[in-house]
Amino acid sequence: MRKIESIIRPHLLDAVKNALQEVGVAGLTITEVKGFGRQKGHTETYRGSEYKIDFLPKVKIEVVLPDEIVDLAIDAILKTAKTGKFGDGKIFVFPVEEVIRIRTAERGEQAL
Amino acid sequence: MKRTRLMILSFVIGAAVMLAVSGLTRTISAQTPEPAPAAEAAPAAEAPVSDPTGATTGTAKDVTVKDAENPTINEVMETVGHNKISINFMWTLVCGFLVMFMQAGFALVETGFCRAKNAAHTMTMNFMVYGIGLLGYWICGYALQMGGAAGVTVLGGVAPLSHEFTISLFGHEWGLFGLKGFFLSGTTYDVGVFALFLFQMVFMDTAATIPTGAMAERWKFSSFVIFGFFMAMVVYPLFGNWVWGGGWLSKLGSNFGLGHGHVDFAGSSVVHMVGGVAALAGAMVLGPRIGKYTRDGKPVAMPGHHIPMALLGTFILAFGWFGFNAGSSLAGTDLRIAVVATNTMLASASGAFAAMLYVWAKYGKPDPSMLANGMLAGLVAITAPCAFVNSVAAVIIGAIAGVLVVVSVYFVERVMKVDDPVGAFSVHGVNGAWGVIALGLFADGTYGDAWNGVPGTVTGLFYGNASQFYAQLIGTATCFIFVFSAFYVFFKIQNAISPIRVPAEVELAGLDIPEMGVLAYPDFPLSTNTTVASSGAGVTDAAGSLAMKTSTAEG
Repeated sequence: MRKIESIIRPHLLDAVKNALQEVGVAGLTITEVKGFGRQKGHTETYRGSEYKIDFLPKVKIEVVLPDEIVDLAIDAILKTAKTGKFGDGKIFVFPVEEVIRIRTAERGEQAL
Repeated sequence: MKRTRLMILSFVIGAAVMLAVSGLTRTISAQTPEPAPAAEAAPAAEAPVSDPTGATTGTAKDVTVKDAENPTINEVMETVGHNKISINFMWTLVCGFLVMFMQAGFALVETGFCRAKNAAHTMTMNFMVYGIGLLGYWICGYALQMGGAAGVTVLGGVAPLSHEFTISLFGHEWGLFGLKGFFLSGTTYDVGVFALFLFQMVFMDTAATIPTGAMAERWKFSSFVIFGFFMAMVVYPLFGNWVWGGGWLSKLGSNFGLGHGHVDFAGSSVVHMVGGVAALAGAMVLGPRIGKYTRDGKPVAMPGHHIPMALLGTFILAFGWFGFNAGSSLAGTDLRIAVVATNTMLASASGAFAAMLYVWAKYGKPDPSMLANGMLAGLVAITAPCAFVNSVAAVIIGAIAGVLVVVSVYFVERVMKVDDPVGAFSVHGVNGAWGVIALGLFADGTYGDAWNGVPGTVTGLFYGNASQFYAQLIGTATCFIFVFSAFYVFFKIQNAISPIRVPAEVELAGLDIPEMGVLAYPDFPLSTNTTVASSGAGVTDAAGSLAMKTSTAEG
């Protein structure tokens, strides 16, 4: 089992979610986050004073998958979250030691 | 279910009956070729005649006379006179109601321009200034301002307001304050006096609510309460008396030949400059908000938390301003109100538009907060001259105000280093001064015959009367010197007795919980990394919201 953590552009969330569902993802968690990478922030003016917006809004998707569909899921995200410009985000992949479904106490892949 | 069906059924039956009856009446009236003479000839037939056009409602029979056959000219004239004053009362009261609603506009503008963590505090100051100011004005403010204002003929004379306190100086009488109308009691229990009270009260409260914007996000609520009474009971009434209550500034014309004395139709100086200058004194005594300036003195942007709220408030103010300016005729029978209202809307438009062009060119984007300030600046500036200028002058006055407010915000923040979160001094103080000076320049001599007891119309410098311009300058200088000294000393003394600023940790946490005991937005997380420039300011903000979470948990 692996966990995919992906930072994407907020407006592409629906497309990414649909693509992930198509490859068999049964559930995922999202968080509204802010951050910066190569896109950097931008400078604005309010009442004559400049201010920098350093942290841009992004959406973080967290999803845990059986090993065999991890590559399919990564492809799905790459295909749907890419615009080709700075600020498209990143995908991080982690190994997952254990998964437990709280309702039934099932463990392992069947708990996904 | 059954009951609903029954109701619908009875409604349908009722509607059908009504249709049938009205159809029948129409048939009857169609059969009668000349209904009016027929009714006269046969008064016995008392079928009610409807008047859908309104042409026959309100006739000679509505004039109260002893003998309907032989009405006297005196009886008719009494009715005409009563109607004239009634129209003026209606106009004054309804316009006063509009001005009262400007309190909501101020509340929204100021709260929208401050940060979310102070929203309940800022809103509550704007709310309570009504309750505080009104009571203070009723106790003695109105008496000091208008206690000697008898002779307001458009409201029937307000004769009970008969006592102005004056001193003799250089061979002339100098009116300083009035002395009738305390608690609206005794002989001042009078409809004219009450109508004038309502109208003057909402004007005073407009001035009183202006400093809450400049002093927002760091002012102790208890200090604000005392300020509210001081404004309503002392400072505003005194300057108001000098201009509107028969005091010495209004007599500069009859005593010293300076035009018509200091003329201010609806309060560019009396209301807005008083409020704006008080705001400046308060903001100076308080000092800038934590994080407003970097160590090397560079101003840091602190964006308001709710721009739509601020723009809605601006529109409410612009709407209320029709009452503010056109209502200041105190007379619905003075048809100059059409010119006043139109000039008012023109200046608001040119103010917003000029500010938009200037901000866009200077800073790259049409910053909504400055456009709102631009519209209000245009309105403030046209408030004094609105009755005395033509439409071209109104557009010019508004446009200059729109640019002036942007320049002033920059100057106040960069050069004077005074932190005014909403631009209260730039909008109301600077443009209040510009408004009364503009009157001295642009008044075209078509209106204001015998204003302040001086024969002839009000005419400005560009139309050949320099002395009116000097009177305006004296009024402006007096307003600034008097109001600034009064409030600077007042806030300094208040501060020496007990600090008027909240402690640093309260300011960082946001004033809502420590000062008011309730958050404006309890169900929303407040941002920990606001879009503030320097990392230093970001850190203080994070600390602030952390401290607030702690205090919420304790609460």
